[in-house]
Amino acid sequence: MYQWHFDIVWSYRWLFLNGTAITVGLTISVVFLGLLVGLVAGIAQLSHSAAARWSSWLYIEMFRLTPLLVLLLWVYYALPIMTGIKLDALTSAVMTLTLYGGSFYAEIIRAGIVSIDRGQSEAGLALGMPPGSVMRRIVLPQAIKRMIPPLMNQSIIQFKNTSLVSVLAVPDLLYQGQLVAMETYRALEVYTMIAIIYFIVLLPLTVVVKRAENHLAQSN
Amino acid sequence: MTPKIEISGLRKSFGALTVLRDINLHVEPGQVVALIGPSGSGKSTLLRCINLLVMPNSGHIRVGSDSFSFGPGSKPPAVMQQARFRSSTGMVFQHFNLFPHMTVLQNVMEGPVSVKKMPKAQAVSLAQALLAKVGLSDKVNVFPTTLSGGQKQRVSIARSLAMEPEVMLFDEATSALDPELVGEVLGVIRKLAAEGMTMIIVTHEISFAREVADRVLFMRDGLIVEQGPAREVIGNPKEEATKVFLSHFHTRG
Ligand SMILES: Nc1ncnc2c1ncn2[C@@H]1O[C@H](COP(=O)(O)OP(=O)(O)OP(=O)(O)O)[C@@H](O)[C@H]1O
Ligand SMILES: [Mg+2]
Repeated sequence: MYQWHFDIVWSYRWLFLNGTAITVGLTISVVFLGLLVGLVAGIAQLSHSAAARWSSWLYIEMFRLTPLLVLLLWVYYALPIMTGIKLDALTSAVMTLTLYGGSFYAEIIRAGIVSIDRGQSEAGLALGMPPGSVMRRIVLPQAIKRMIPPLMNQSIIQFKNTSLVSVLAVPDLLYQGQLVAMETYRALEVYTMIAIIYFIVLLPLTVVVKRAENHLAQSN
Repeated sequence: MTPKIEISGLRKSFGALTVLRDINLHVEPGQVVALIGPSGSGKSTLLRCINLLVMPNSGHIRVGSDSFSFGPGSKPPAVMQQARFRSSTGMVFQHFNLFPHMTVLQNVMEGPVSVKKMPKAQAVSLAQALLAKVGLSDKVNVFPTTLSGGQKQRVSIARSLAMEPEVMLFDEATSALDPELVGEVLGVIRKLAAEGMTMIIVTHEISFAREVADRVLFMRDGLIVEQGPAREVIGNPKEEATKVFLSHFHTRG
């Protein structure tokens, strides 16, 4: 029978806490930036301009169809060789996760916008509102309500995705855990602890998403 | 008197499907024109061309002092020009298309506030006055979902009137309503007619068309087949197609 020694984990609690804070902070930044990118790319998908539609499509599919780990390694190791621009690990990680998440957000945002009845934008246009105001004042306020649950789900996935940045030595929760495991030879306790932390952070969020989904189902 | 609305040589196709062939019509100021015809004859498309929700392939449209030409050699109006033009042509839709995330009052205020930049307080009193006019003073602060179809359509008429349009276009404003709610909407349209609003009304309410409209246009296959004073076209149609179409209504009473 394996002898668990969680007291070792306890003595490294500040490292775990620090790693959790970095993971949470990283998630918040890439969710926020990713939503901005996703909004632009999602709206570009519906643009009259073929160039805007085509380039946003290319971006979305390129990032959606490439494994995140490959993207992270590519941006960090291959991009500098090709362009001569060397980004530090954190910048590469934030940029890649933002663009990766943004490509998924873009699809959610596009689908949310097209789900709004055409009659709504026609009514806005008929009042003399320019297309931009119709989007801002009529379509988006209704579409955002429908987008919130899938956007939150995507953000939960994004939270878990951040663990991959440890391959670039960004000191997130997983990376700091790896250091502790190497130092203490207590991999079992350390990785169990990490799994529990992810679970504890995400559990309340999934409850919120569930509620939002139910609320939406009722209001429809 | 120069006509308020003047349309000539209007054509529209969707891909291979020609929907409007050669539409010519004019509406005098204060006149009410009813547009009738079988399903698919192009009534909605014509109405939507008149406020540029659909861009014609060729022809001329003039409403008041704004005129546009379409077809080879003429540039379609720019986005902002379209918006300014639409702000003076009111349109009422079959399915109301009220904004569900706004209260009744906010629905009516939306045009004046966001298009005309009218101060909030002024827009509130304008909206309240219009809602009183359509008999909905007691529904000012509710959301559209709680209203009956007839009430929704009256709100949507008030919303259009808030822009103080030069003309009003109605696309089957009563077709989605339960029979007992049709009257209250027709009542509002009747009132607008009495006030001298220039209107084009697409309708299947033939007796209403005869009562309120000065002129009736009968459309079939993208053409205006017959037109004239309401009593004549409805009471004594000359064209065979008009007779056949109207016979469906007479048998229903
Ligand atoms: N955006 C569009 N794209 C393609 N075809 C269209 C479009 N709008 C209308 N049509 C077609 O044009 C024809 C005329 O349609 P329209 O809606 O103008 O007829 P209508 O006279 O209003 O009929 P109804 O009484 O059923 O409302 C129909 O065959 C319709 O399918
Ligand atoms: Mg129609």
